[in-house]
Amino acid sequence: MFSIATIAIFIAMFLVLVRLIKGPTLYDRVLAVNSFGTHTVLLIGVMGFLNGRPDFLDIALLYALINFVGTIAILKFFRYRAIGDTMWTPPNTKNEE
Amino acid sequence: MDVFLNFLCWILIISGSFFVIVGAFGTYRFPDFWSRLHAASITDSAGVILLLIGMGVYSGLTLITFKLLVIGLFLFITGPTSTHAVANAALVSGLRPPKLQSNNSDG
Repeated sequence: MFSIATIAIFIAMFLVLVRLIKGPTLYDRVLAVNSFGTHTVLLIGVMGFLNGRPDFLDIALLYALINFVGTIAILKFFRYRAIGDTMWTPPNTKNEE
Repeated sequence: MDVFLNFLCWILIISGSFFVIVGAFGTYRFPDFWSRLHAASITDSAGVILLLIGMGVYSGLTLITFKLLVIGLFLFITGPTSTHAVANAALVSGLRPPKLQSNNSDG
């Protein structure tokens, strides 16, 4: 049961990784990274159950936290070109065509 | 009762794996960014919820179930939030769906 889930998550991670490498725009890549992190959380949990030692769920929770914060940080960086506190600049809507 | 729980666990985990694969295949295969966003959020909602409930049924009522509940609650909040953030950033940066693009060029 858990081996089937592990194989399914591995196939899904491979497909998302292909999208991450060949995504045409930046936002495809950010979406793929976020989805890959969600798959990683699921994989950590399922592989803990597969090995009979489901003690790694703390690591999965930590990974979920870092994944969310990292996605928001990447998006903020590519919108404002800085992560720290900067002066607010109006978003340029016709920046990329 | 034990047989019933085992069967329920099988069904939950297999259907969760199915939704995870469907979401990833849609992310790989769909032609447009916005449709890819839709496919990726299938994994965030259906796959995560079904797999975590399946693992919780398998482990019984222990501390592990509580950890799974916390992970599920967190992913349930942050998954749609990050998807919305990606979509909002793409919209602000000027990315549009193809039909809207052709309408804008016409008008």
